[in-house]
Amino acid sequence: MRKGPSWFNITALALGLAFLYVPIAILVIYSFNASRLVTVWGGWSMRWYIALMHDAAMLDAAWVTLRIGLLSAAAATMLGTLAALALTRFGRFRGRILFGGMIYAPLVMPEVITGLSLLLLFVAVDVDRGFWTITVAHTTLTMCFVAIIVQARLTDFDRSLEEAAMDLGCPPLKTFLTVTLPLIAPAIASGFVLAFTLSLDDLILASFTTGPGATTLPIRIYSEVRLGVKPEINAVCTILIAVVAAGIVIASLMTKLSGGRGQPVGTEA
Amino acid sequence: MKGGAVGEQATGGNQASWPRRLIVLVPYLWLAAFFLLPFVIVFKLSLSEMVRAQPPYVPVLDLAEGFEGLKAFFAALSPRNYALIASDSIYLASYLKSLEVASIATALLLLIGFPLAYGMARAPRRLQPFLFMAVVLPFWTAFLIRIYAWINILQRDGLLNQALQALGIVDTRPVWLATNTAVYIGLVYSYLPFMVLPIYATLEKMDETLLEAAADLGCPPWKAFWLVTLPVSLKGVIAGVLLCFIPMVGEFVIPDLLGGSENLMIGQTLWTEFFGNGDWPVASAVAVVLLCLLVVPMMIYQHMQARAIERGS
Repeated sequence: MRKGPSWFNITALALGLAFLYVPIAILVIYSFNASRLVTVWGGWSMRWYIALMHDAAMLDAAWVTLRIGLLSAAAATMLGTLAALALTRFGRFRGRILFGGMIYAPLVMPEVITGLSLLLLFVAVDVDRGFWTITVAHTTLTMCFVAIIVQARLTDFDRSLEEAAMDLGCPPLKTFLTVTLPLIAPAIASGFVLAFTLSLDDLILASFTTGPGATTLPIRIYSEVRLGVKPEINAVCTILIAVVAAGIVIASLMTKLSGGRGQPVGTEA
Repeated sequence: MKGGAVGEQATGGNQASWPRRLIVLVPYLWLAAFFLLPFVIVFKLSLSEMVRAQPPYVPVLDLAEGFEGLKAFFAALSPRNYALIASDSIYLASYLKSLEVASIATALLLLIGFPLAYGMARAPRRLQPFLFMAVVLPFWTAFLIRIYAWINILQRDGLLNQALQALGIVDTRPVWLATNTAVYIGLVYSYLPFMVLPIYATLEKMDETLLEAAADLGCPPWKAFWLVTLPVSLKGVIAGVLLCFIPMVGEFVIPDLLGGSENLMIGQTLWTEFFGNGDWPVASAVAVVLLCLLVVPMMIYQHMQARAIERGS
């Protein structure tokens, strides 16, 4: 018989989860603080959100960030899915070890190195830096996360379904579209959401590869935060958290609806 | 006949048709162009010299000059920046500090992460997906925001000091921000999911009957933990340690926002060289040395991941 969790287990869980969530909860609560002093509670208010609506620079940064996020997540999802297929369905091909290395290395590579090297590439080929260079940088990093999530799903499910379809004379492309794709769709959706949130969040790659006129939200938040805590920043952060949370809820609902039992999120790394 | 068809599919990797080749080539070329090639450029630049010009370094490879240009290009490269890094104690101190901070933070993460993962694995089965989700969620919410949340709490008249004073633990408010303690709090907070999840993955698959067998044979629980649970979870522990340690050595945002201004970590030194001093060649040399430091743990990590794929497919 399976023994239940001990007191030690329960305490560890409770403390661990509290450690993870209390700081975020405090941030969200204080974004509704009426007081200008960030450490004194002055009652509930929406004033910082209203102030945000009139902050043109912040709105501009949000718009840039959103566009980069959607574009790079779409590109990363396509590239990452192809990479996952190459890793799991193609057996051994020339350069497979290097390929696997290039998929896994960016996940642990310190971002200052990736950012610096990408910038030097963009300078060497002499392209105008800004919106597009940030998008390429984010695509490169996040496609690896997508590849790992999709690859985990591809190795997870029953290969015999694909084989059965092909035995019955279904051509490879049609097999992929009618059998494989629906099965890995939840993982692809999770991959897209993760790629989007990572892009939304990235400071270092964006700082290195940005150019005139392309200030993303993290770059803007970072320059404000260096000068100290501001209630407006609490409000921006709360909105970002809400956007990300909504994305995750949608992704996990999609996983449920499509009947996928795989892990809905990409942490197999 | 059917068997033949399956066999053909199984060996399909060799008789690469064009669409199949494209599936490999497109992501392959993308990563080669935007991940691999840039490192070659960093290495080249680390052997260059800074100038006040655009681009701010010499030599620049001019292919129009032909072979003579190529010769001049290679003649102008020099290991001067590496000599600078070796001779100036700021860099050495910076590397050592990074390794020290990353090691201590990894140890702290293991101390906190292992009991958490163990608690998750021992929780009732139906609760486990929710617990899994609960640990993963913070990983999805912006990294920068989570560090910012701690500035809120740790500042001089912040909530931590207010709470400590209200409880009568301290009289005068201690300084938390701009200290090593704050950096450790930030690192542990940000990387906790990366430590917990691989350990949880191994513990969750552990065969509980092993522990029962140990108990039946008269093994006390602590000894069973030491002899059974720990060895079983070793693979997860190693994965977690590598996933945390490697990126933490090059961490920039956390020490920059939570740490003090003396004794910079190497990520900060690189950032200052690049953005502050505009010395791209020295920043590149700093990056190359950092990469050399991390190459061994990265190879171990790659090797583990490659084996995991082999098992899966």
